Amino acid sequence: MQYNKKKWVMLTSAAALTLGTAGLASATTLEDMRENGAVQCGVSDGLPGFSAPDDEGNWQGIDVDVCRAVAAAVLGDADAVRYVSLNAVERFTALQSGEVDMLSRNTTWTTTRDTTLGLNFTGTNFYDGQGFLVSRDLGISSAGELDGAAICVQSGTTTELNLADYFRANDMEFQPIVFDTSEQTVGGFEAGRCDVLTSDTSQLAALRIQLSDPGGAVILPEVISKEPLGPVVRQGDDQWFNIVKWSLFAMINAEELGISSDNVDDMLDSENPNVARLLGQDGNYGESMGLEADWAYNIISQVGNYGEIYDRNVGMDSPLEIERGVNRLWTEGGLQYAPPVR
Amino acid sequence: MTHNETVIPERPAPRLTVGPLAWLRANLFSGPVNSLFTLLGLYLLYLLLTPAIQWALIDADWIGTSRDDCSREGACWVFVNARLGQFVYGLYPGGEIWRINLMFATFAALLAWLAIPRLPFKRWVAPVTLVAFPVFAYVLLYGGHFGLPVVETHRWGGLSLTLILATVGMVAALPIGIVLALGRRSQMPIVRSVCVVFIEFWRGVPLITILFMASVMLPLFLPTGMTIDRLVRALIGITLFQSAYMAEVVRGGLQAIPRGQEEAAAALGMGYWQRMGLIVLPQALKMMIPGIVNTFISLFKDTTLVMIIGLFDLLGIVQAALSDSRWLGFAVEGYVFAALMFWIFCFSMSRYSQYLEKKLHTGHKR
Repeated sequence: MQYNKKKWVMLTSAAALTLGTAGLASATTLEDMRENGAVQCGVSDGLPGFSAPDDEGNWQGIDVDVCRAVAAAVLGDADAVRYVSLNAVERFTALQSGEVDMLSRNTTWTTTRDTTLGLNFTGTNFYDGQGFLVSRDLGISSAGELDGAAICVQSGTTTELNLADYFRANDMEFQPIVFDTSEQTVGGFEAGRCDVLTSDTSQLAALRIQLSDPGGAVILPEVISKEPLGPVVRQGDDQWFNIVKWSLFAMINAEELGISSDNVDDMLDSENPNVARLLGQDGNYGESMGLEADWAYNIISQVGNYGEIYDRNVGMDSPLEIERGVNRLWTEGGLQYAPPVR
Repeated sequence: MTHNETVIPERPAPRLTVGPLAWLRANLFSGPVNSLFTLLGLYLLYLLLTPAIQWALIDADWIGTSRDDCSREGACWVFVNARLGQFVYGLYPGGEIWRINLMFATFAALLAWLAIPRLPFKRWVAPVTLVAFPVFAYVLLYGGHFGLPVVETHRWGGLSLTLILATVGMVAALPIGIVLALGRRSQMPIVRSVCVVFIEFWRGVPLITILFMASVMLPLFLPTGMTIDRLVRALIGITLFQSAYMAEVVRGGLQAIPRGQEEAAAALGMGYWQRMGLIVLPQALKMMIPGIVNTFISLFKDTTLVMIIGLFDLLGIVQAALSDSRWLGFAVEGYVFAALMFWIFCFSMSRYSQYLEKKLHTGHKR
């Protein structure tokens, strides 16, 4: 009896200890991730160029490559990602409840989302905005010539409001032709019900491909609204916030410094101090984030620099062929700018 | 004097009363008005079918690997062809697909054993199918034991996921539904009110709301870090929803059995479960077959709603494939394929139910 009691006490304290350490182990997102061996990344359930499964069932897209970059930085393996497809409504809940560690799901950065949901936006991987698709036959080259045009637009979206704002601000007239779904909108444009189709530029490219003659329509250069899309993390774990933020910055810095997945091994010997710092040859900038010194090297060698992921998924090397536009580097007149690694 | 007993040889029936010509005359051209409608119908059919066949078969492209192989004049079945594996197995890793195949082959074998009347040992096969097989299927598909690598549920998808959702929903909902129906007819007030509340609650809420609550609200109530697999959430939601519907179908069947049957059984000294199990339910279930299959078919199609909680069932995986930038613009082909698959399964279920009705027919049918 005595013996049994002792054994019982030992067992309970052992159990308590195990529980206690288990509680400690789930202290940070990074440690959890190392234990699971995968980054849990929330992506869209299918958006051309941003996230969609390819013929082999691997996720592809510019949002997906952000997840892959983080996995490369944290675990040294870009394929160590567990993708969770989320629709627009449940995306924030999934992040808040811990079902995913980060969200990379064409999410627009707005004040409300950044300040009221307990979430943090870590940067912008695609500057989107509303644009116009016009038939080539019209010979229009700028949105300023659209006065009096019939415009196809999807109902119930901010697109509709932005359109009205833009035309009022520029003192022009237009006739809205409203449709329920994006397929119907394309159908209306193709059937000649309108001269112009408006939507976010990233969508316009995908819609253009679905026309029977994609070459017969052009996307105008004007962008009339701000839709910065970027990765999101939970508040309360600043280390993890920093990791996601700097994974994106590392890709932008790599493009600026001319480091790509092809030449990254040669660049290891570079004399340029900026390159040496980014690639961990001079100092260890990963340490303060809880990462290895080669965190950025892993990102660039396995995923590529920002220009590569842009071209491959949405740019000229992809079927979408979206111009770099405002997504060019700041050195080339665009908005993509990353703080230096030092 | 002898009778001349030559038998008059059989003569064929008059040409105009047998054969296809007579059938046509009797059914399609029996009068000027009917003839007119027949011709009108044929013309409409011609108008509708020609473009459909032209698009789906004659102008269609069948062979190739990318969108460049499609002329875009007719259907581009190259798209469906390239994605067929994904439509059936979802994002399940290529090297592990044999596990899904083995699971469904085993399931089909067990079902066939139960469905073919001549085979013996049914008494043993039935519990194996209901109890041992789900465990076997889970271990096989999810892995983690016996050296099988783990395949997490977010990689499951396509037709196999649709079948899993529908099968689990049907198999689990039927017994729960029977218990609920019996409970609702019970004399015990607490049992009865619990059953009534359960049925009315789950039946009064749309399935899409249940799935939505399970995926959006439930995680907020759980402690941080604790998550229930979304497939499990969907399965529980579908099962509870379906069992409420099933309960009402079963109750309808129970009410059709005359009260005398139960009273006679009671007079013979049978207890409640004997009366139900041996007298009432066997008669009632037989009559419920059309109703039960009806709810099964509607459940099978309702499984597409799991799309809204981010599970890729057959329709979901088709839609995800449509958003691959290499295959933009083949929505019609994808949806036609999904519709065809759903039709095949629903039609088979309907045929099987008619076969069952014929087999169990014992004279109650009017």
